[in-house]
Amino acid sequence: MASHSAEDPNRRDFIVILAQAFAGVGAAVALWPFIHQMNPDASTQALASIEVDLSPVKEGQAITVSWRGKPVFIRNRTAEEVKTAKAVKLTELKDPIARNEALPDRSPATDQNRTKKDKENWLVLVGICTHLGCIPKGQSMGDAKGDYGGWFCPCHGSHYDTAGRIRLGPAPQNLLVPPYEFVSNTMIKIG
Amino acid sequence: MASHESTYRPTSNISKWLDARLPVQRMMHGQFVDFPTPRNINYLWTTGGLLTFFLAVQIVTGIVLAMHYMPSAADAFNSVEHIRRNVNYGWLIRNIHAVGASFFFLAVYIHIARGLYYGSYKAPREVLWILGVVIFLLMMATAFMGYSLPWGQMSFWAVTVITNLFSSIDSIIPGLGTRIVQWLWGGYAVSGTTLNRFYALHYLLPFVIVGVVGLHIWALHVVGQNNPTGLDIKSPSDTVPMAPYAVMKDVFALSVFVLLFAWFVFYLPDYLGHPDNYIEANPLSTPPHIVPEWYFLPYYAILRAIPDKLMGVIAMFSSILLLIFVPWLDTSRVRSTKYRPVYKWFFWLFVFTVVALGYLGSKPAEGVYVQWARVFTAYYFIHLLVVLPIVGVMETAKPLPRSIAESVLGSPAAAPKHR
Repeated sequence: MASHSAEDPNRRDFIVILAQAFAGVGAAVALWPFIHQMNPDASTQALASIEVDLSPVKEGQAITVSWRGKPVFIRNRTAEEVKTAKAVKLTELKDPIARNEALPDRSPATDQNRTKKDKENWLVLVGICTHLGCIPKGQSMGDAKGDYGGWFCPCHGSHYDTAGRIRLGPAPQNLLVPPYEFVSNTMIKIG
Repeated sequence: MASHESTYRPTSNISKWLDARLPVQRMMHGQFVDFPTPRNINYLWTTGGLLTFFLAVQIVTGIVLAMHYMPSAADAFNSVEHIRRNVNYGWLIRNIHAVGASFFFLAVYIHIARGLYYGSYKAPREVLWILGVVIFLLMMATAFMGYSLPWGQMSFWAVTVITNLFSSIDSIIPGLGTRIVQWLWGGYAVSGTTLNRFYALHYLLPFVIVGVVGLHIWALHVVGQNNPTGLDIKSPSDTVPMAPYAVMKDVFALSVFVLLFAWFVFYLPDYLGHPDNYIEANPLSTPPHIVPEWYFLPYYAILRAIPDKLMGVIAMFSSILLLIFVPWLDTSRVRSTKYRPVYKWFFWLFVFTVVALGYLGSKPAEGVYVQWARVFTAYYFIHLLVVLPIVGVMETAKPLPRSIAESVLGSPAAAPKHR
């Protein structure tokens, strides 16, 4: 077909290359809807927020609520637990980043950065192990809370401390702090 | 030797007419009736037929189940119970499908071990072997998606854990892993949306397997079957026609295997499953001890043996993908382990390793179980990456028989005059 060498391209060579490129780009563009249809749809994306009344949660208790199909842990920490969490040095942490959606990306994982100012007894976390997505134990009174008194993931043995930070096991990150705010003294809005 | 002329002779006018237009009967006769089969193949060579049978069983029972199953988060769990209790013979068809998956894997593990022992991956069978690994991966994907469909607690958390494996990519490119996982889920958590797409793919993949099995058999019939001596077919006296010899052997082995299968289907249908899967999926509570189905346990043990998320995932996937390179990792010029006095020990150590990993994968991820899982994970990779290349070079193989016929009939002098 190509009667002309590469050094001497003619009009036909150009048209062939152009047609191939056009078809290639067209095929790639046509593929996109078939890939993108699998992404979270509009109804899922419509970011629902929920309000949670904290007044029934006594010191030392915890509740789990569902937000965007995920469990959210809310724990009313004891003074002891807050003290333990504050005493931990950043160098002891496996993941030194706060993982708090309300703060800049690189904020350090101090207990202060994982909670709200003056409400430091309240710890609000997405209750999904950052290893492979199991729900850690530690919400109920009788649960194993792991070596650091926070949460323990039974699937693959990750231990979280009383600020929800990963301390031992395969999980790479601290439990995520979702975006939330106090709308009154005893009411929070998540999302 | 394998490429041979079909001895098919059309007799009726209709078959002559068809033979001149589409010689499908000629092809089937040549490939599955008078195809030259090594005369010394043992019962391990019946696993291929067994696997073809189970693929057909899974497809037939699966299509029937699809007529009654409802792939939505609200209905899935109840529709499986509906199949078991209300649908006529639904209990039987569902049990065959669920137990069938386990027996499919049992047969494929024997098939793979057979290939490893007799060096069936060595030249000229590399492509045949790689196609086998591809089928194995497709089987794993199909079984995993199928396991999600009853929408019990184990289904739900298996989907959560396995899809989350991709989030480990976050530690290479932050955010990409999460994007992929949400793309797989169609949401921010596993939901009915996820179930629906897994159902669609679970229906599709078996037909992809059929296609690759076609290529696998094609590749097999180009190079011919390996055999316990690992020798090439050199003369017609090394072979017997596939029918009736190999076919009858297949039928007998299949009968025995199906007897065992039937025992599980009728008397122990839930023995290989988990009681937790009879609790409906609950996104807010993980069962205290989650384990995959038995056939995934060795890989699960490898995943958990490594304390780093990304490295664990890489180790798990590479434990399977490494099989692709076995034809080049094994440096021995002798195919069959029967004639490899040193490698034989390593082979059985490797088998023991895989079984041990399976046992450890079923145990909680703590203490001594993790320690042993690390030891056996290490050997798994050492075997493939170090033992296979080095032993092949170092070892002196036992003398090989001169031909397949000689291995069966003794020296040529003692051999009866035949055909």
